[in-house]
Amino acid sequence: MSLDWTFIADSLPLYLDAMWLTVELALIAIIVSMIIGLLFSLVLFYRIKYLSGFIVGYVELSRNTPLLVQLFFLYYGLPKIGLHLSEFDCAAIGLVFLGGSYMTEAFRSGIEAVSSSQLESGLSIGLSKVQLVRYVILPQAFAISIPSLGANAIFLLKETSIVGAIALMDLMNVAKDLIGMSYKTAESLILLVLAYLVLVLPLSLVLTWLERRVRHAEFGG
Amino acid sequence: MSENTEILLEVENLQKFFGDRHVLNGISLQVKRGEVTVILGPSGCGKSTLLRCLNGLEPVQGGTIHYLGQNLTGEHVNWREIRQHIGMVFQNYELFPHMTVIENILLGPLKAQKRDSKEALQQAETLLDRVGLLARKNDYPRQLSGGQKQRIAIVRALCMNPDIILFDEVTASLDPEMVREVLDVILGLANQGMTMLIVTHEMGFARSVGDRIVFMDQGKICEIADPEQFFTEPATERAQQFLNIFEYNKL
Amino acid sequence: MPNSGVEVLFEGSNFERLLGGLLVTIEIAFISIMIGTILGVVMGLLRTVPTRSLRLLLRLYLEAFRIIPILVWLYVVHFSFSPLLHIDISGETTAILVFSLWGAAEIGDIVRGALESMPKHQAESGKALGLSKGQLYRYVLIPQAVRRMLPGAINLATRMVKTTSLVVLIGVIDVVKVGQQIIELGVIKAPNASFWVYGLIFILYFLVCYPLSVLSRKYERRWQS
Repeated sequence: MSLDWTFIADSLPLYLDAMWLTVELALIAIIVSMIIGLLFSLVLFYRIKYLSGFIVGYVELSRNTPLLVQLFFLYYGLPKIGLHLSEFDCAAIGLVFLGGSYMTEAFRSGIEAVSSSQLESGLSIGLSKVQLVRYVILPQAFAISIPSLGANAIFLLKETSIVGAIALMDLMNVAKDLIGMSYKTAESLILLVLAYLVLVLPLSLVLTWLERRVRHAEFGG
Repeated sequence: MSENTEILLEVENLQKFFGDRHVLNGISLQVKRGEVTVILGPSGCGKSTLLRCLNGLEPVQGGTIHYLGQNLTGEHVNWREIRQHIGMVFQNYELFPHMTVIENILLGPLKAQKRDSKEALQQAETLLDRVGLLARKNDYPRQLSGGQKQRIAIVRALCMNPDIILFDEVTASLDPEMVREVLDVILGLANQGMTMLIVTHEMGFARSVGDRIVFMDQGKICEIADPEQFFTEPATERAQQFLNIFEYNKL
Repeated sequence: MPNSGVEVLFEGSNFERLLGGLLVTIEIAFISIMIGTILGVVMGLLRTVPTRSLRLLLRLYLEAFRIIPILVWLYVVHFSFSPLLHIDISGETTAILVFSLWGAAEIGDIVRGALESMPKHQAESGKALGLSKGQLYRYVLIPQAVRRMLPGAINLATRMVKTTSLVVLIGVIDVVKVGQQIIELGVIKAPNASFWVYGLIFILYFLVCYPLSVLSRKYERRWQS
């Protein structure tokens, strides 16, 4: 089977545009959900009344439902109660709704991994609870959380493949349209796989390297 | 040296439970300025818990603790403020692993006490020099031995200029050859008149550093005695048994 | 507010149809997990053999699923089988094929992890008690391995159930597709239906996945120490 190289060259710009959309969405999702995760995990750490319960509920809802259904609800369901969002906004909100809970869990387990005697040690030199979090807990928790934060980033990047379902011209829809119009199935699919390989592989390699470094540079009591 | 001076800490009828277990049962104790009190007792007798209560790390269920006349068992105790006067050194050092030695020492003075950084740094360096570790000030804890880490932890507590320091089995995690260097630092502090409450299993050290020995068993204070008297002629049978076990361990 | 519309869920056999759609989803997940587990155990055992090239190959196989999204693999199989290989397969078969291969890769990794983390002295102390090789596996090694694997395996099952929602995109009549049909039919009578239908599907998925998450966490905590 020989590939049609002219077709590949012609459709490359379409894939590049779609890759850019993916990167944009993934960046928004990763950054915003990390901020949310950090804030929510702190609320859980401080055991703030009501708010903690709300966050636990949100985490369970978000982690135990598929992104596709979340997106359909945002895109087709919410306009019925007067909330109209663009496709891009829906995709970004859906990804953040999903990622926020994963990042909350990552930060939370990092915070929990800081030993209680470290907290006592901080208290014993008169630190306030805010100073304790700022100078003792977060720096250590963040280092512990790096592998799971990275894994979540990759997860979110891959989950962007679903936004095509709400009519965004993403990589999946570019491939689908090209197959439908040109019947160049093999070329379209190979480009699709390659596009994700180019997007995800570097991040995955960086994460493997980071994981190894974190493990080597373990602090030691 | 401890006569006619003010009372820093006064514990009265302290009660502490872990679930059903009565860990501290009616502890009463006075600590005067400049006094070195060594608390001895078998494992699980409540001596570490007592120290933790004095630093507000454990809630108590009865009795009172007064620090310079201020009640520490009431409703609104500002432990942040109190802990700047009552320092504590832990068994496992608990240095902050992500900070250098000097950052560890300066965190409290700069952030909790909001002191001038030049002045605090100068004091930290003087103290580090005194324990022989000034050269290691930019190292991370993981680069230090256990004995060095514990000496740094003591400096960290000292640099807050506390009125009193609580030592919770500070040599229990150390290799035998490092115990000495840490005990020497504490002995030095005793000679300078530092008020200290020391929980330890080092009998020889207890004898030489203590102004008095408090012997605890099963959540109660069995006897309070002068070190010489305690180690030669303990008043209670419990203390006698406890010391016998240590004699045996020495063999 | 869509005060009218919630009735659409209970009109005619709509509710039963939605549940039927959900069952299709669960069925795909269940069959895939079964096939994936069988293949995965073999793969996990093979990943501990001394042959380097085989281990590398299986590692690459796993990474293919970890790096390329599952939806891409669904598309690859869905669009390439009939035009390129001239084999007609249904959406369901496509989904089961992809999910089983994915499951095999992940289960293989869980099995490998469990085997590698098994402390050596466990086998040795078993032998010291005079257990035969069969008894050693039956009473000591396999029960411990299963404990190590169960939380991860249940976790994978939850992920798989969630991922089955994607099958609607390759033409399977699953719960989402049934929902879409109900919405389209009621477009005039119940214009707000999509709010309620997707809301219900959201809750249905939650009701299936949440117990699995709780179970996985329970085992994780129980067997952590």
